[in-house]
Amino acid sequence: MASIATTAGTEPVFHLEEEHAHAEGSSTMLGFWLYLMSDCLIFAMLFAAYGVLGGNYAAGPAPKDLFDLDLVAVNTTMLLLSSITYGFAMLTMDKGRVAATQAWLAVTGLFGLAFLSIELYEFAHMIHEGATPQRSAFLSSFFTLVGTHGLHVTFGTVWLVTLMTQVARFGLTEANRRRLMCLSMFWHFLDVVWIGVFTFVYLMGMLR
Amino acid sequence: MSAHDHAADHGHAHGGAAHGSLKGYLIGFVLSVILTAIPFWLVMSGAIDNKQATAIVIMAFAVVQIVVHMVFFLHMNTASEGGWSMLALIFTLILVVIVLTGSLWVMYHLNANMMPGLHDMREMP
Repeated sequence: MASIATTAGTEPVFHLEEEHAHAEGSSTMLGFWLYLMSDCLIFAMLFAAYGVLGGNYAAGPAPKDLFDLDLVAVNTTMLLLSSITYGFAMLTMDKGRVAATQAWLAVTGLFGLAFLSIELYEFAHMIHEGATPQRSAFLSSFFTLVGTHGLHVTFGTVWLVTLMTQVARFGLTEANRRRLMCLSMFWHFLDVVWIGVFTFVYLMGMLR
Repeated sequence: MSAHDHAADHGHAHGGAAHGSLKGYLIGFVLSVILTAIPFWLVMSGAIDNKQATAIVIMAFAVVQIVVHMVFFLHMNTASEGGWSMLALIFTLILVVIVLTGSLWVMYHLNANMMPGLHDMREMP
């Protein structure tokens, strides 16, 4: 067993000598990116499931009977606007302006909430018409795919509020900047997934 | 790698390149609006008579828009994280392509061969 040499007053060193020490958080971005890639795979599975099952209506309603493209267009706008306002939040964060960053984050959160409200309204409307997840394989895969995306946006919004509280209490510290950058990647990533959803599910659903 | 290490010096956990600029965000936003509006308009107005052609066109728009988001919003480039994030992205994309084409291809043929008469082929994706 290798012994760890410690001399009084110095901290023991546990990493290999050849390897240099990494600053705290220096690998967070890459790690978070890898998480996003694994999340991307989850969505790929759900897209594949929808692609396979999306045509099995079981004599139930088809996309044409259910989807309202005007509503989807408004929803897409909300998410796209929230993406750009988050971008503005990052730019003001770079300049160290706390109040402006908080304001842009709040605007982003409101757009996120608007997106979720419209999606929930859409889901409620569909379920009210009897188009529940149990109705057909198409609807099961639809609710799983779009619902998972909505769940991600929900958690993103919770995370956003958490970070706004953090920034309000501790300011734009190094750690808070790092967290905001992670959420930035998460938020933009969700917008990328939504491009797949509105194209593959809604627009192509209307073409069936 | 060394260029990236230098970039880490100026106050942030990560290099300045990862932040983007106002111009970059605005270009990305305008492009996204255009790339979103055209597919919606194509489907809502039925401008292209052929449904299959419309589907291919809107998928092409989606791919372009995803690239726009990656570049202007997620600031992807071959240099970030010393190339590791690009490598992870390429690996993920390969898996995504295998999962999607594999599933659709196999299940299409399974349905086509195993259940004659039960399924209308026009319903297949």
